Amino acid sequence: MIRFDDVWLRYHHAARDGEAEALRAVSFEIEEGGFRWLTGPSGAGKTSLLKLIYLAEHPARGRIEILNTRANRLTRRDAALLRRRIGVVYQDFRLLPQLDAYDNVALPMRLARRGEAQVKADVTEILRWVGLAHRMHARPDELSGGEQQRIAIARAVVARPRLLVADEPTGNLDDEQAQRLMLLITALNKLGTTVVVATHNAALVEHYPFPRLSLENGRLVHDG
Amino acid sequence: MAAWCMMARHRGDLLGLRSALSDRLLPVLVGAMSFLAALALGGALACANLAQSWQGDTAAALTIQIPQPADPDAGNDGTRLAAVQRALAANHDVQDATVLTTAEMNRLIAPWIGGDAASLGLALPAIITAQWAGSGSSDALAAQLQQLSPGTVIRTGAIWAQRVATLTTSLQGCALAVLLIVALVAAAVVAVATRSGLAQLRDTIEIVHGLGALEADIATRFAGRATWLALAGALGGTVLAAPVLAWLAWLASPFTGPAHPASLFNLPPALLALLPLLPACAALIGWSTAQITVRGWLRRLP
Ligand SMILES: Nc1ncnc2c1ncn2[C@@H]1O[C@H](COP(=O)(O)OP(=O)(O)OP(=O)(O)O)[C@@H](O)[C@H]1O
Ligand SMILES: [Mg+2]
Repeated sequence: MIRFDDVWLRYHHAARDGEAEALRAVSFEIEEGGFRWLTGPSGAGKTSLLKLIYLAEHPARGRIEILNTRANRLTRRDAALLRRRIGVVYQDFRLLPQLDAYDNVALPMRLARRGEAQVKADVTEILRWVGLAHRMHARPDELSGGEQQRIAIARAVVARPRLLVADEPTGNLDDEQAQRLMLLITALNKLGTTVVVATHNAALVEHYPFPRLSLENGRLVHDG
Repeated sequence: MAAWCMMARHRGDLLGLRSALSDRLLPVLVGAMSFLAALALGGALACANLAQSWQGDTAAALTIQIPQPADPDAGNDGTRLAAVQRALAANHDVQDATVLTTAEMNRLIAPWIGGDAASLGLALPAIITAQWAGSGSSDALAAQLQQLSPGTVIRTGAIWAQRVATLTTSLQGCALAVLLIVALVAAAVVAVATRSGLAQLRDTIEIVHGLGALEADIATRFAGRATWLALAGALGGTVLAAPVLAWLAWLASPFTGPAHPASLFNLPPALLALLPLLPACAALIGWSTAQITVRGWLRRLP
């Protein structure tokens, strides 16, 4: 499902003094329908690893397989089509400022050319799930940080992706919202979606004892 | 058409292109380019028309000068003038041969010698004007007349016609160069506007790209907007140019034919047929330039 083989990542504009690599010799495998926590101190390379998974960066070296597809060999069009099957919750949300909450959440479904009737049913349901049905016509700048994060989560899962990648999805949520979110994610995982969640939240990791990938200084130091 | 293009029609401006690709500068500049293109086009066609009518008239004009017209001709059958007239009448390639009357002669030379030439006792040649309808040269005729009446000279407009042709070709070359430059400037205007739109929408484009939007779809959205703006601008520019062209045609009408009142309907039909092509060309330039610019820019995304 996901497979990294001796993967290195180097940012083009990285400082030249020594540690130019954000990821070094990373290898692991996640089975179809699996769940992984991704942990490690700030700057360890969690976001970098997720970017490779959701095809936002290319590795300097190594072999990456996403959804059983060799990521290095994709045409640009196939990469776009593969991205549609991956739901992403970005650390900085990345909502479209000119669209309201409803249209932001609807975006992936419309990209996948689902009919408007289905878009309406699914978007309304997912907005209810994240507790923001009453805010569907608010634009991102009218929403709190936590509310924006929940919209970003709703957008990531609305098109029922095969793979869900979340970068600090509970960063701006209170405990109750975080629990609610975990319920949603574990429910999707039970339905077969493969999930990778990067987090600093030790309590959450303890509460949901899934296998853990741990990074330190760009190297994978724990897998299991 | 891509799904999110259709969605944008339902839901307005998804990317925010309406503000990023503004409806002010691009149409105004493309409109100015179309205005210039319309004038260049009008100029090129006017040149062609003028050249055609001048070339026809000038090349066909024959002027025959007969010195001592009243002297007996070489065969001693009558006057030289009569002999030349008989020869011209017998030649099928010569039409409308007319001897200038004394009054016409006087009017012709009055600016130089004033008053009545006859009273000065000048030995004036007889002058016959005619039209050359033959396809070949009139050299054989000249030799024949020379024999009948030594000293007779034929002047034709052929050399002038050739000069006019050369001048016309170079003017048309200039007009073509203007059209080419104007098209390049229009393309540059669209490219710059598209690039600034891309820079403004960078975040938005990165997000929809990350969600799996196809590059062709993104480029098509930009191209649609650029096409519309270029088309609107070019329509404006062409419509503004039409009355100016009509006025110029009216100014030129003494050279081209009977004077008409200044009106669009008196523009050459070829020009009336070509003018609507200008907005179409502008739209094409807008579409292709935006497509190329956006697709090139998207290469920087992963
Ligand atoms: N776009 C970039 N250009 C250059 N260097 C970068 C870029 N993004 C990240 N880095 C560097 O790569 C390293 C890993 O960054 P990354 O964002 O993956 O860390 P992280 O584990 O997600 O941290 P955090 O927990 O704070 O989000 C850091 O040293 C960072 O400075
Ligand atoms: Mg991070």
